[in-house]
Amino acid sequence: MIEIRIHGRGGQGVVVASKVLAMGFFVEGKYVQSFPFFGAERQGAPVAAFVRADDKKIHLRCKIYNPDYLIVLDQNLPFEINLTEGLKKGGIVIINSTKEPGRYNISSDFKVFTVDAGSVASKYGIGTKELPIVNTAILGAFCRITNLVNINSLKKAIKEFAPLKKKENAEAAIEIYNSINNV
Amino acid sequence: MAISVKEKRINDQQSLLLEGTYAVAYAVKLCRVKVITVYPITPSSAIAERLAEMVGDEELDAKYIKVESEHSAMASLIGASHVGVRTFTATSSHGLAYMHETLHWASGARLPIVMSNTNRSLGSPWSILAEQTDSLSQRDTGWIQFYCESNQEIFDTIIQSYRIAERVYIPAMINMDAFFSTHVLENIVIPSQEMVDSYLPEFKPKIKIDLNKPSAFGGVAPGDSYFEFKYKMEEDMLKAVDVAVKADNEFEEIFGRKYGIINCYLCEDAETILIMTGTAAGTGRVVIDNMRKKGKKVGLMKIRLFRPFPSRAIIDVLKNKIKIAVIDRNISRGVGGIFAQEIRAAFHNTKYHPPIFGFVAGLGGKDITPEQIENVLNYTIESDYPDREAYWLDIDV
Repeated sequence: MIEIRIHGRGGQGVVVASKVLAMGFFVEGKYVQSFPFFGAERQGAPVAAFVRADDKKIHLRCKIYNPDYLIVLDQNLPFEINLTEGLKKGGIVIINSTKEPGRYNISSDFKVFTVDAGSVASKYGIGTKELPIVNTAILGAFCRITNLVNINSLKKAIKEFAPLKKKENAEAAIEIYNSINNV
Repeated sequence: MAISVKEKRINDQQSLLLEGTYAVAYAVKLCRVKVITVYPITPSSAIAERLAEMVGDEELDAKYIKVESEHSAMASLIGASHVGVRTFTATSSHGLAYMHETLHWASGARLPIVMSNTNRSLGSPWSILAEQTDSLSQRDTGWIQFYCESNQEIFDTIIQSYRIAERVYIPAMINMDAFFSTHVLENIVIPSQEMVDSYLPEFKPKIKIDLNKPSAFGGVAPGDSYFEFKYKMEEDMLKAVDVAVKADNEFEEIFGRKYGIINCYLCEDAETILIMTGTAAGTGRVVIDNMRKKGKKVGLMKIRLFRPFPSRAIIDVLKNKIKIAVIDRNISRGVGGIFAQEIRAAFHNTKYHPPIFGFVAGLGGKDITPEQIENVLNYTIESDYPDREAYWLDIDV
């Protein structure tokens, strides 16, 4: 079973990201489960959502404590929370950021990738220029880096769950997917 | 290899990704419900929202009535159900508590209303997260009660509930955990309308409000007749155990899925049995697998039907077990978890008396983790006898 934790702030689309990613796995015939961290959500406050995917039926019904992957929508969040808490050794961290991975001082037990999903989302007019919504674009990076979900499956998933600008969201994810070579 | 007609029909079901709330709405639609009353409350609100869309888009031909309270939601369904149509409402927590009086009336009037309740804790203090105390506080209202583990089970149990309720003329409440079901997106298999129609033909009650055949409803029952009414209600409620078993078997014939009124996992050779309900039972299965690998003889019993309480079925499985552990996501303050108490009562007039350890966990949506469940089982295996009604997880154990 694969377990993924998605971090962001209220308003950044963490829950939609978890739904889209779950749908991507579902399109490929997997059993999936996605759910938000249950609590009061406020604009700007740290929030999280979870995704499980497996070849067989998923019985676990609790939060994810030991994820294999982390997806982070906000570049400053890693400085504010204990981001890698419970992350499995060798786990992969994908951060939407203009910074180099080394700037985050994350333990060498984990592999860190940074992708500038913000500029790509901004280019496609997703969200506002000041606050682009990167929740779908960064999933393009997830597909490329992990090879767990085909980009075409992700495209279908975005069409299903992106609330607005489905085409632009899909194109942004594909552009990010194609831009990453150093995996 | 040729496949049978039955297999083909089962394979024809559509696989979707749905949240628990949408699974409920989908089931209600396929059951061709005619009257829906709504007074939305978190976390069940999306059920009302999705049903509103379905009615608005003319996917579902039903009267959708917005009312001013949960009390009115049930009162309106009591009226609608008397006319002989299939009815539905969804509620949660404080909403269910506010309905309390009308729940008694609905069951007393023998109306097969079906309602989903998202199990959410009651204030004070405020919490909108999972806990079963809301519906368990309604256990004496004369409703059939189910507790579900997965979104598929919720979906299927709604369909089964109409069949059961309409056979015994008793309303049914389908309980699902707040957030752990309602807000979880997962795979679900949706049958065709034809399949549901074949399982659930149009509801034709024996007695209803009919201008051509006048009857009196809701009158006074003087003298001994009230007592007789209640006796007949109890008789039918007890029959509902077998009716539920039959409805589940018939469901399997058409849809290929079956749940049991209780569901036992690796119980046969187990010495210690863990009893759980709702979504946490799923996590319990994983723990049982892990402990089996370590050589511990443990098994899981999930109780799905709570009213009528399937005492005989439960005792049949538990009678020769060495120890029982019960995890309750609910509390009757002063006696501990409610399922633990019911199981102790079921054993009382039998010759079997295994120690029954009660554990209270997960109130107010606190996560019930694999680690906690393993602690419960280890504590039970290592202790001779419980020294209190209930141990509180993370505090006592």
